[in-house]
Amino acid sequence: MANTRQAARPLSPHLQIYRFTITMAMSIIHRITGGALYFGTLLLAWWLASVAIGPDAYAIFQTVAGSWFGKVVLLGYTWALLHHLTSGLRYLVWDNGRAFDLRSADIMSWGAAVIGVLLTVLVWALAYELKGVL
Amino acid sequence: MTAAAKASRPSKPVKSATRAFRRQRTTALALFPLALVFVAVVVALAGADYDTAKHYLGNPLLGAFFVLLILAGVIHMRIGMMEIIDDYVPNAALRHLTLFLNYVFAVAVGLTCLYAVVKIVIGF
Repeated sequence: MANTRQAARPLSPHLQIYRFTITMAMSIIHRITGGALYFGTLLLAWWLASVAIGPDAYAIFQTVAGSWFGKVVLLGYTWALLHHLTSGLRYLVWDNGRAFDLRSADIMSWGAAVIGVLLTVLVWALAYELKGVL
Repeated sequence: MTAAAKASRPSKPVKSATRAFRRQRTTALALFPLALVFVAVVVALAGADYDTAKHYLGNPLLGAFFVLLILAGVIHMRIGMMEIIDDYVPNAALRHLTLFLNYVFAVAVGLTCLYAVVKIVIGF
């Protein structure tokens, strides 16, 4: 008797039976991209400092940033920034008490994820297209 | 106060937690246009030689833009990391240490960037 009563109760969420939802995934990714951008500011500091220090320091930065490894890191940084940006807009909407229904939350979350990727592709296409214009 | 209660005690008074919450949203709003311009600037300067990079980054308007970006950026990232630390570091002593290191990192990165920008613009 005790057992059947217990079985009928709703169980609290558990990792192994946690249903995937886009809002859940986006919440986790928002934190991960935020953490990545946190350390990514070192790249910004390095870039600005190398220009401030002089041609030799800048040449080192250029070599590293232009290598395949540097490009992979910078591509990741670009996506992290643009994803965090589009994902973060959802939180500003929710902070104003809007779009809390599941359908709106799902649409905004998928939209933010897709737009973040599209913007990243656009930015890199533009960077290659405009290379050497200035 | 029990050890568990002490360990889970918020590391910041409630009033400053509210201030951090508001500041995180304010800087987020500011960073929306700032980050987009930043991406555009990086795209324009990607692969630029030293003289070109120095010439454009030395523009006072762009310098002022970078000051705003850096200030909003380090405030935003410090609060963000503070939230992560508060969530995942239950030990009070370790939490205070990581929060301090978080503060040091934000200040160090901020000052490095600001110093570099001022040096590029003024050229001392």
